[in-house]
Amino acid sequence: MNPAVLIASVYVFALAAFLGYQVISRVPPLLHTPLMSATNAISGISLIGSLVLAGATHSHVAHILGCIAVTTATINVVGGFGITDRMLKMFGKRKDEGKKTPAAEASK
Amino acid sequence: MSLTSYFMEATYLIASILFVLALKGMSHPETARRGMFMAEGGMFMAIVGTLIGAHIVTWGWILVGLTIGSIIGIWMALFVPMTSMPQRTALSHAFGALAAALVGVGEFILHGAEMTVVTRGALGFEVMLGALTTTGSLIAAGKLHGTIPGKPIQFRGQNAINLVIFLVMTGSFVYFWMHPSVIAAFYTMLGVAFVFGVMLVIPIGSADMPVVMSLLNSYAGLAAAATGFVLGNNVLIIAGTLDGFSGFILSVLMCKAMNRSITNVLFGGFGAVIATASAETGGVMREISLDDAAMQLAFANRVIFVPGYGLATAQAQHAVRELGELLESRGVTVKYAIHPVAGRMPGHMNVLLAEANVPYSQLYEMEQINPEFPSTDVAVVIGANDVVNPDARDNPNSLIAGMPILEVDRAKSVIVLKRGQGRGFSGLENPLFFKPNTNMLYGDAKSTLSHLAQAVQHV
Repeated sequence: MNPAVLIASVYVFALAAFLGYQVISRVPPLLHTPLMSATNAISGISLIGSLVLAGATHSHVAHILGCIAVTTATINVVGGFGITDRMLKMFGKRKDEGKKTPAAEASK
Repeated sequence: MSLTSYFMEATYLIASILFVLALKGMSHPETARRGMFMAEGGMFMAIVGTLIGAHIVTWGWILVGLTIGSIIGIWMALFVPMTSMPQRTALSHAFGALAAALVGVGEFILHGAEMTVVTRGALGFEVMLGALTTTGSLIAAGKLHGTIPGKPIQFRGQNAINLVIFLVMTGSFVYFWMHPSVIAAFYTMLGVAFVFGVMLVIPIGSADMPVVMSLLNSYAGLAAAATGFVLGNNVLIIAGTLDGFSGFILSVLMCKAMNRSITNVLFGGFGAVIATASAETGGVMREISLDDAAMQLAFANRVIFVPGYGLATAQAQHAVRELGELLESRGVTVKYAIHPVAGRMPGHMNVLLAEANVPYSQLYEMEQINPEFPSTDVAVVIGANDVVNPDARDNPNSLIAGMPILEVDRAKSVIVLKRGQGRGFSGLENPLFFKPNTNMLYGDAKSTLSHLAQAVQHV
């Protein structure tokens, strides 16, 4: 890595850290579990590194390591986003149902 | 640079922007889901961009990995129950970290010889963090699932041994950094990091898992960010850093909510020392009959439910919602008070109650709800213990002194649902249970709550 690239990378890291702090400190405790599961799915972006390892070379060791890495990273991405969405769906739908139910109970 | 490479870089840039927007959406439940769609879109673009632009020569291994990973991922997303969310998340941290570690090992095998000092340093961090997070998260998942005992596993000289392991790990990292030709140093670092991950988590009790989960979340993210430095890939740096900082912020919040430092959580072995240290409070716990409890609830004006980990183990989230709705239909104001460290991961209780269709407008944070307890007729504590222990506020000698609590003891009347008469997980005596306005209801939380609901109907 040449110095110019390194410096650019450090800039990216520092700005992402700052931005992350700003954005994430606004997430309410209500959504902390989906937040953890979402950031975890997002960090499954190491999948793109795994894809390169598994497919862009002719080394067998790299293929096998890459294949395992692609598998685990994909589990992370697919499972992580899927389950985050399932959780958030529960937080969303109740807005209407929650209002309806007591009224429905009372009318019985 | 070829056209496809430019395309790939463009998808990475768009993905990075979408990831940030997704996390911004998480600031409100209304916008959170739309945010996640953006993140999914960003991830998809980045994957397609890589497959097109990264000069892939063999597709077989990629397809195998993507297929198996998707099948397992979809299975997890669809069928893991909400009560198992903590161990699912811990497992996910392990998978993410393992991917990062393996990419690091692959990079070392392919390009280890021609790496610059800086890249080698980043590679060391990536592999070390990745490896220790993998095994650490597996242990955490095992503890949360009950495969491994949740109690702190401790032995004499543990901290000394951990220090030695840590020194060997960092020592081999430095050696590998200085002398890249010594391959053994790299693999020693990898192996020792796997061991260190285990040693780091086994002495920590289940009750401290919210902090550990957040820390492992942070490590997994930082491992991905380090991968970005090794590969010179900005989207990896950005996504990894966002994850790393999110985990870090959560760890700090969790520690604050327990009034403890991260070092204390990691090396204190909370829960083991306490059994001997807690003083006997004495007094008697008064038991209340189901009918009397139902009567109290039915004729109350304001009721606050305080859920704890016991709610999750008993899977009682639906039962409490039914009781809550029943009381509401009788004109009772029902609220839920959520302590930040109730449960086994940040936000655990919120997710469970959301699953049971409790509107999030009824879920209150500690600071919001504490002033309301004095005007509350009945506070119902369901499987929570330390987070409602008044000793934390009143007794400066208590081991949890200074930990912010939900002040249920200020309510006019308290009903505590508990499995048995024993002490809670931490082994601390809870004076709340002996207060004159506290009544105990023993038994499984789920069946107790549904019986209560039946009894309320007959009032």
